[in-house]
Amino acid sequence: MLTKKFVIKNEVGLHARPAAVFVQTVSKYKSKITIEKDGKIANAKSIVEVLSLGVEKDAEVTITAEGSDEEDAMRAIEKLIESNFGE
Amino acid sequence: MRRFEGIGVSRGIAIGKAFLYLPQKLPKISQSKDNIKIEQKKKTIDKALEKTRREISSIHKKLIADNKRKEADIFEAHLLFLDDPSIKEKINTLLQQGYSATYAVESAFEESAKEIEKIENEYLKERANDLRDVKERIIRNILNIPNPSLSLVESECIIVAKDLTPSDTANLDTKKVLGLVTERGSSTSHTAILAEALGIPAVVGIPRITESVNNNTMLIVDGENGIVVADPDKPTIKIFIEKKEKEEKEKVELEKIKFMKLKTKSGKEIEILANIGNPEDAETALKNGADGIGLYRTEFLFLGRENPPSEEEQFEAYRKVLEKFKDKPVIIRTLDIGGDKQIPYLNIEKELNPFLGVRAIRLCLKNTELFKTQLRAILRASIYGNPKIMYPMIAIKEEIEKANSILEEVKSELKSKEVPFKENIQVGIMVEIPSAALNAEKLAKYVDFFSIGTNDLIQYTFAADRTNEKVSYLYNPLHPALLKLVKFTIEASHKYGKKTGMCGEMAGDLKAIPQLIKMGIDELSMTPTKIPYAKKFIKDNF
Repeated sequence: MLTKKFVIKNEVGLHARPAAVFVQTVSKYKSKITIEKDGKIANAKSIVEVLSLGVEKDAEVTITAEGSDEEDAMRAIEKLIESNFGE
Repeated sequence: MRRFEGIGVSRGIAIGKAFLYLPQKLPKISQSKDNIKIEQKKKTIDKALEKTRREISSIHKKLIADNKRKEADIFEAHLLFLDDPSIKEKINTLLQQGYSATYAVESAFEESAKEIEKIENEYLKERANDLRDVKERIIRNILNIPNPSLSLVESECIIVAKDLTPSDTANLDTKKVLGLVTERGSSTSHTAILAEALGIPAVVGIPRITESVNNNTMLIVDGENGIVVADPDKPTIKIFIEKKEKEEKEKVELEKIKFMKLKTKSGKEIEILANIGNPEDAETALKNGADGIGLYRTEFLFLGRENPPSEEEQFEAYRKVLEKFKDKPVIIRTLDIGGDKQIPYLNIEKELNPFLGVRAIRLCLKNTELFKTQLRAILRASIYGNPKIMYPMIAIKEEIEKANSILEEVKSELKSKEVPFKENIQVGIMVEIPSAALNAEKLAKYVDFFSIGTNDLIQYTFAADRTNEKVSYLYNPLHPALLKLVKFTIEASHKYGKKTGMCGEMAGDLKAIPQLIKMGIDELSMTPTKIPYAKKFIKDNF
């Protein structure tokens, strides 16, 4: 199991397109992936749950991946967040 | 004649006949159970989902083909809602409890919409409506009730509806729709986003408007002021026709003017530049006709994170803008942090008077590694366009000398590694501390250009905290004391054949521009959307 903390830096937070891109990216992996903010945990493959977290700019989130491709998944997520969701 | 007030969400005036859009309502979905086998219900839902997916995909494709990226994104999100594992799980649970297919869909989507709505955020409230939009499509497909479509519109009209869903507006024939009026909605609603993107005048938030007008009622929509007039009398129509013509003329004129290079009647060139805060703003600046970037704030790279940005990340951010602007100038301001903008990872000591403490260049000269990384990133990016470097918060010439010697150090490091960069890159300073303005003649020898930062210059000249409302009466850019400092700075630079620009709020203020031009300002840098208006104003008056 891999766990990593991130700060979301892009202007709109995890809303709109960034949320969609995020969900699309993690859905490519078999691992169980969750995203946590302020103690609330969401299934990272569910757009509804991700939006419900209300991740704004500068929020800190913890992402956990567990499964056969957890390393690849985490690497992809890291790249995505670092690139500000390709904005 | 009746007058209604709502929220104007898209500028412009439309005059035409109403087209009431009241789609066939779905029957109320009751909380009912049935004896149909789960497998059968699952099949029914899957079939409806498949059909819905085809519908949404085809709208999505059409929008992409029409180059409507923003609206297309909405339908991309709809497709994600269709496949959402959390909703699917809810549906399955409900089916297992014996509920009907329609109720399972209704309840699972509604529950999710409510969860999203709980968060106080206008944007998310709209997403909740998206979920309901998708839900309705699925249920219609389960019950075989056709989805409503605005493609029924036959002649030019103003659409009047309770609310418009993204599905409705995607089918909009923009040649026939003159304006939009809805009962619900806000400035962030789909109707607003779409109307603005298409340039269709729109007013939202007028309660019961669908009951107040009929098909073919004559309407005037004033999207700027949020006003709708029904059955207008002749004089009113005349007023609005004139207003419409004036607006359209102005729009055409602004379109023509915004890309022009300005020259006053006495032959002096004045450049109108843009202030930007991140690479995305560069596109807006170009669209509005910016002659370049007068202030590229680099703080966005450093705020809201745990470690400083890498040289690579900075390099990319600078290169992106430089490539867009090609040979047009881009003035990159080195880090202006401290004061009210704090960064945890820099471990800045708490100061009693942060605005008078270690901020901007003072911080960079103390934290030279941070400064060097930024300079290296700028220099490496320099070969992709026409950048200039600008130091903020310079008070005395020694600070310029120190900063320049660090710059030279970085340059020779790059040279020894054979990394290409523009050696003759221009270096200037922000004039935003009175001591710099008063001593401008001396400083001019050490720099290639000045840029007056009025927001801070006013704050420091009048000893008035610009974030404190109680002293806002002192915040007057046209006060003679300030104008003197501006004049001093401009004249000093001209004496040495150098240019002075301005990048504070004052630069885009039409009341201040005449004074600035009289004093000989060379460049004005402002929020991108102000550029067309400033260009027109200067062209008409000077």
